[in-house]
Amino acid sequence: MERTWCKRLPAADLLIKAGRVVDPESGVDAVRDVLVSKGKVAEVGTDLKAGKNTRVVDAAGMLVLPGFVDLHTHFRTPGREDEEDLATASAAAAAGGYVAAFGMANTDPVVDTAMILKGLTEQARAAAVIPVGFFAAVTRGLAGDQLTEMGELGAAGAVGFSDDGRPLATAALTRRALQYVKVSGRFVAIHAQDDSLFKGGQMHEGSASARLGLTGIPSLCESLDVSRSLDIAAYEDATLHICHVSTAASLAAIARAKEAGVKVTCEVTPHHLTLTDEAVAALDPNLKMNPPLRAESDREALVTALAGGLIDCVATDHAPHVAEEKDVPFEEAPFGCIGLETAFSVLYERLVLGKALDLSTLVARMSAGPARIAGLAAPSVSPGAVADLCVVDPKARWTVTVEGLRSRSFNSPWLGREMTAKVRLTVAAGRVACDDLA
Amino acid sequence: MPKRDLISIEDLSRADVELLLDTAESFLPVLERDIKKVPTLRGRTIINLFWEASTRTSSSFDLAAKRLSADTLALKASGSAVEKGETLKDTAITLSAYSPDIIVMRHPSAGACQTLSANTEASVINAGDGKHQHPTQCLLDLFSMRQNLGRDLDGLKVFIIGDILHSRVARSDIMGFKMLGMDVTLVAPPTLMPRGIEEMGVTVEYDLANLKDADVIYLLRIQKERLKAGANYLPSLREYSELYGISQARLRPGQRVMHPGPINRGVEIASDIADDDENLIAHQVFSGLAVRMAILYRTIVGYSDGSASGEVF
Repeated sequence: MERTWCKRLPAADLLIKAGRVVDPESGVDAVRDVLVSKGKVAEVGTDLKAGKNTRVVDAAGMLVLPGFVDLHTHFRTPGREDEEDLATASAAAAAGGYVAAFGMANTDPVVDTAMILKGLTEQARAAAVIPVGFFAAVTRGLAGDQLTEMGELGAAGAVGFSDDGRPLATAALTRRALQYVKVSGRFVAIHAQDDSLFKGGQMHEGSASARLGLTGIPSLCESLDVSRSLDIAAYEDATLHICHVSTAASLAAIARAKEAGVKVTCEVTPHHLTLTDEAVAALDPNLKMNPPLRAESDREALVTALAGGLIDCVATDHAPHVAEEKDVPFEEAPFGCIGLETAFSVLYERLVLGKALDLSTLVARMSAGPARIAGLAAPSVSPGAVADLCVVDPKARWTVTVEGLRSRSFNSPWLGREMTAKVRLTVAAGRVACDDLA
Repeated sequence: MPKRDLISIEDLSRADVELLLDTAESFLPVLERDIKKVPTLRGRTIINLFWEASTRTSSSFDLAAKRLSADTLALKASGSAVEKGETLKDTAITLSAYSPDIIVMRHPSAGACQTLSANTEASVINAGDGKHQHPTQCLLDLFSMRQNLGRDLDGLKVFIIGDILHSRVARSDIMGFKMLGMDVTLVAPPTLMPRGIEEMGVTVEYDLANLKDADVIYLLRIQKERLKAGANYLPSLREYSELYGISQARLRPGQRVMHPGPINRGVEIASDIADDDENLIAHQVFSGLAVRMAILYRTIVGYSDGSASGEVF
């Protein structure tokens, strides 16, 4: 079953020389040459020789990693192409080392019929530089009333079902969705949020919101819905994915459910792993997101859970907004930030160099972890595999700028900040999708 | 000299606060003269943007600027381009074309001062932004305390009572009172006490059992919105008044009552206190003028005492 689509760029022939290959799938962490031939990994070894038409890439001092997969992108198409479209989002993803990305269904119109989904797959074939796929909505128009035709949508290639941006408001709706999704063989991904506790919320409820006078979004708002949905998934023996987990209390519920054998997976964003509510003090609208940046104790719990595997994957929740939407007072700004182009750099610098996570684990959570949830073959830098990889200069210093970002929007929490480590080359589905080395 | 904004009390050091209070004190004789005007800020332009209702703050900023001979321009949301959907950024750009020295703004949203400041060369003074900050109220409160209770406020025990959750005054006051060494206790119903506020170094209480320890009792207004059906902050004003309202019967001699106004007689404050000369409420209004003159003056001539340039009064 085809679940991703992209342009048919020419298949790559590359010899990537002397990079440090870190491939958790094959267990390799060593300096190796990687020969890519006709878009496939032909050989991984030492002193490999290039054929006549093979481009040689000097990767000495660089990392050669399996490419990343993003389970949570907002492509903003159809409807808000002024913010992003499949060409710009996929270019941004490629620049961040991604070899596949999945879009959420909260577009205009909503991805709630097979017709709309098929239209998107056609657009992806024409415009996307890496394979992209799509979630379909759980309910028509995200209205929370009537289920979508999950059977037909699943057959048309929907990776899963989500009303992301909105919670499934009642236990009854969550239950019906988790029952009916089985006709598709896919899963439901929830944006966990108890709306009655969210009302008017601006940032995490805690000492920072008390000091700033911004209406708090309590951690309870997320963990209550997580707990309830896990109970329903357990009862129905259904497959549930929890988007952008942000609190220690949610993790505790997920740990209990996993222990009990519930079929649940979850994701965490780069910003929740590296920033806290204290960062909101300057009232920069680019730091306003939902779920909000949480307390340091939550952040620490998220890092521990990612390291230990309780959290299955990193997902960006890449949410572009045009400048005029964010260039307003904090309390009036919409939620969301972009993340595809900075995800690896931020996590490498803060968590790997910060000794909270080893590189191989980070790579596994950004690559094989999300790929498995999506039902894709895990990217691997090993002979016979499709070339889904990226080359990263771990020592590069670069600054996040409006001009430098490939995304059409630049609402990044890291705007203006200096970063460590930069993706130089991305090969997605055997084709060069981003090339900073040529 | 880079421009200096006053958005939060945290933008000021203790030395800055003391300098502002001293400067305000030095303006007092001006306010007692027959001709209550000095030429200090002649030729300077000060714009007052009030996107939210205000009596005390807007009138005292306006008068303060006039007392200093600055040219002033007052804008309100109603009747301005805001009603036509102009964004704050565009309003800032438009008004900046007049090269104002200072823009004073009250706005319903936290973060509005940052948006304004990013789009103007003028110094921004926050006259209240959402529930975030009201730094000039804090400074005038400090001034009233200093004038009435002595210059050394260190160790003074202050109880702030009322809707802490929705109060920008409370947040600025906590910071300013703590900065000058006061001991701050907050009293509110649990529904109106922000979670985590104790990390600001205050004592949190839900009743008035320890009220006798207070030197100053600072009351906050209870807004009618808190009683809207479904909000469930308070069951009734009657019960609020029973549990938290301050009347003479609850005070011991020597305790001084403050309130940023407007007061709700019979709710947070009984008439016997509101009408009593011992309270500092009218003095707070009076202080507003001298303190806002000091803030406008220091914003333009500089905070470090020696570096004050240009005309002095």
